[in-house]
Amino acid sequence: MAAPMLRWCCLGRRWVLACVDSGSRHGRGAAIGFTSSRKRGQSSVAQQPLITAQKSRKGEHKWAAVVGLEIHAQISSNSKLFSGSQVRFAAPPNSLVSFFDASLPGTLPVLNRRCVEAAVMTGLALSCRINKKSLFDRKHYFYADLPAGYQITQQRLPIAVNGSLAYSVCAGKKPSQVISKTVRIKQIQLEQDSGKSLHDELRSQTLIDLNRAGVGLLEVVLEPDMSCGEEAATAVRELQLILQALGTSRANMAEGQLRVDANISVHHPGEPLGVRTEVKNLNSARFLAKAIDSEIERQIHELENGREILNETRSFDYKLGCTMPMRDKEGKQDYRFMPEPNLPPLLLYDTASLPPGADPQQVINIDWIRERLPDLPSETREKLIQQYGMLPEHSFALLNEVGLLEFFQNVIKETRAEPKKVTSWVLNIFLGFLKQQNLAVNESPVTPTALAELLNLLDRKAISSSAAKQVFEELWRSKGKTPSQIVSEKQLELMQDEEALERVCHTVMEGHPQVVMDMKRGNSRAINKLIGLVRKATLSRADPTVIKEILEKKLSS
Amino acid sequence: MCLYILHIAPVLFWLFNAGHSLGDLDGIPIAVKDNFSTSGIETTCASNMLKGCVPPYNATVVQKLLDQGAILMGKTNLDEFAMGSGSTDGVFGPVKNPWSYSKQYREKRKQKPHGEKEDSNWLITGGSSGGSAAAVAAFTCFAALGSDTGGSTRNPAAHCGVVGFKPSYGLVSRHGLIPLVNSMDVPGILTRCVDDAALVLGVLAGHDPKDSTTVQDPVKPFTLPTLTDVSKLCIGIPKEYLAPELSSEVRSFWSKAADLFESEGAKVIEVSLPHTSYSIVCYHVLCTSEVASNMARFDGLEYGHRCDIDVSTEAMYAATRREGFNDVVRGRILSGNFFLLKENYENYFIKAQKVRRLIANDFVNVFNSGVDVLLTPTTLSEAVPYLEFIKEDNRTRSAQDDIFTQAVNMAGLPAVSVPVALSNQGLPIGLQFIGRAFRDQQLLTIAKWFEKQVQFPVIQLQELMDDCSSVFEIEKLGSVSLKQ
Repeated sequence: MAAPMLRWCCLGRRWVLACVDSGSRHGRGAAIGFTSSRKRGQSSVAQQPLITAQKSRKGEHKWAAVVGLEIHAQISSNSKLFSGSQVRFAAPPNSLVSFFDASLPGTLPVLNRRCVEAAVMTGLALSCRINKKSLFDRKHYFYADLPAGYQITQQRLPIAVNGSLAYSVCAGKKPSQVISKTVRIKQIQLEQDSGKSLHDELRSQTLIDLNRAGVGLLEVVLEPDMSCGEEAATAVRELQLILQALGTSRANMAEGQLRVDANISVHHPGEPLGVRTEVKNLNSARFLAKAIDSEIERQIHELENGREILNETRSFDYKLGCTMPMRDKEGKQDYRFMPEPNLPPLLLYDTASLPPGADPQQVINIDWIRERLPDLPSETREKLIQQYGMLPEHSFALLNEVGLLEFFQNVIKETRAEPKKVTSWVLNIFLGFLKQQNLAVNESPVTPTALAELLNLLDRKAISSSAAKQVFEELWRSKGKTPSQIVSEKQLELMQDEEALERVCHTVMEGHPQVVMDMKRGNSRAINKLIGLVRKATLSRADPTVIKEILEKKLSS
Repeated sequence: MCLYILHIAPVLFWLFNAGHSLGDLDGIPIAVKDNFSTSGIETTCASNMLKGCVPPYNATVVQKLLDQGAILMGKTNLDEFAMGSGSTDGVFGPVKNPWSYSKQYREKRKQKPHGEKEDSNWLITGGSSGGSAAAVAAFTCFAALGSDTGGSTRNPAAHCGVVGFKPSYGLVSRHGLIPLVNSMDVPGILTRCVDDAALVLGVLAGHDPKDSTTVQDPVKPFTLPTLTDVSKLCIGIPKEYLAPELSSEVRSFWSKAADLFESEGAKVIEVSLPHTSYSIVCYHVLCTSEVASNMARFDGLEYGHRCDIDVSTEAMYAATRREGFNDVVRGRILSGNFFLLKENYENYFIKAQKVRRLIANDFVNVFNSGVDVLLTPTTLSEAVPYLEFIKEDNRTRSAQDDIFTQAVNMAGLPAVSVPVALSNQGLPIGLQFIGRAFRDQQLLTIAKWFEKQVQFPVIQLQELMDDCSSVFEIEKLGSVSLKQ
């Protein structure tokens, strides 16, 4: 349930609606509380070992943690869930607000078809049962950025139920040891997002921006089948990939399109579940695992010291690295749910139940949406493994970065190099450069075509692999040059002339009699030194294997 | 078609003659209850909360009337947020019934020995659409929009001697009608004759993309046929509507009406709506719950009244809502929130919804048994003087006054109150016809036949007009013929 985050305002606070024309002043203010969008946080799911959950002390039972999640994903749609206002991130405050969004008296909700389709599609992708009839409810609470005084949600009969989400966590030290896990999905419900309150402490004011008010949300409720922060973070990551693959949500945590609340409790296995706390607003992938693990640790610590866990709402302080109780003034809220009287039941059809002669604009056919489902991340990974003989962890890595898979596939299309080689280059060198400079794949200065050409040069042994790395660095620095241009400019071609190479070897051997002697005495490492010297003499343009062959031939003769 | 033209006649004739006919209602003066949103015109719901509020959009029904060329004469008074049955509980004061000043009523009063002060004894209009009923009754407009949640259009229509029509739920858009109970609210139509109500309905009815609860099928404009033969009709008389509080006069007109149908060959049978007696208490739970929800938006932030207190957000909310709403509204919000509490929801709201279904099924059963329309009283008695009315509180009054009208809203059926005759006191009495869902035209056709038989007298405001003759130099209203 999208329970509101309750913040109670200080003395003397005044409510002001942020004006459209003061956009320049408040425009970026909307990003308060976001992690920098330059940080590609979503790619760095914390890979912490499962310490907290299994931590045990002498003579005591082990503690087991139970983690459930409520995930809110903003639906990627042109307009809001119940109004025609546009949906756009970082628009000037209150520039995307219809009469309905501002809850003008007499306005009524009109359901957005696209949002319903997105919910059905997401439900199908998560193996949910799609309810052919679902209902909307009002959930009441007073908060300044909720203009109607209630949120329209699906409390009684949501659009999709009983699904599952499979994800994989790394076990042990080797990254190749992947364990598949499943978390059950209780339900997916359609609901409205709230507006934003921007607290101006300096002037003791709160500004309201209703651009987000009424944007469609998918609330995905994950059953408490997870046991630590890493599992939760990985499950969220997988869900994020699925939503992105479906196109039902952009699911960018930094832009607030994916927000997570976690329900956490600890108990001794075999005993009843402990009292749970809810940690709200885990809106950064970086802190998701950390917040959950620190809360688990806190609960264990409390219990081991004879204290009780309170059923409360907490938030994660990323500076302190621990969770803190939120100031819930009145304790428990009663949301006074009631049916939304202005929306008839939402009816969906399949091909069998479709009423004859129904206007396709008026009805939604579940089967038709099922046919249009794209490949899900798990299927894409499986295909990569089958098609290219890729290691599972490499298939994960390729999907983990937005656009990386497409980049990889474009390189594959244009190169003769082995898929394994391409994988290695894309994941190690290309991704390494991106990470180092905090760039997204689409911001890369190296195009798939350039990398493909470079790998072709490497494949036909026109350059050495160390030279290839040099070329890559050059490609990264100077946009617009082709690998071949760089190779010829820098004279990085491998020496194809074996006679010339023999002459170089001869000169090197003559110049280093001591090393030659060592070798002849059976010091196997000495040959490496010679190879190094020859390469240096050829400015790294010779293939080490060829050098070795020549040297060995010369020594044995 | 009926036409009534006031001061703006020259302008209208100019438009008319210039060939700028906009539609069926070109140049027709109308009034709109002040709980319909009107673009650029203050819309208050007779509440402090919305005093001075000017909406940026027109309700769909208002827009449709304007599109057909209707001239909006003004917004009409009501009980605050349409909560009431007297039109006495608005921030702008009570609505006075034009019949208080009619020749018919005054003559009867003169016969009475004890001469009370006449001015202090004016009558209420009923409500909550009392302003609209009074506007139509006093010839200030040809038709007026009311709203009907538990009888708010039919009740004042009966007290003011006009036709009050509540269409089927979903036939007419609610977009722009500031809600009382979304699941029962319907825009109502007040006119001086049934034909006019049908004409306005033709303009208003049909799907509105802005209201998801409206019918999908298009509704074509229509004219009512003139019934000559009622012998194939079956008229149901619900026995539960014979309430002990029903005045003997209303009862006798009800019975005469039934006799009239019977004498013309219609089948008149007694029917039973066994759950009628639970209707008021059921309505109380459902109405207050939706009110509590619908009123949550009035928090002083986006629009409307805001108090001066800024100690905290909660203190601001509380003071704003206390200053903005009257006791009736606040009382309903309080009860509604109580019924919606988690611990009470099953026992009150869910139960009330079940009872609502039973009440609706009562009607279905009766109509399935072959009844075409039901004939009932609209109100317990004729209009009472204001001083009499306010002896009881709003809640008691609403519970009493809605008993014949309110179950119809639970079931979403069409119903119309038609003025029948004048009481001994010279005041109008109305009877109600209830039809099958979406058989609004059939209902109005029968109402039209009935209207023709009873020949309800025209209100005579001659004395009033004579008194004001120095102000109004216009033709004698009482003599205006409504029908061409």
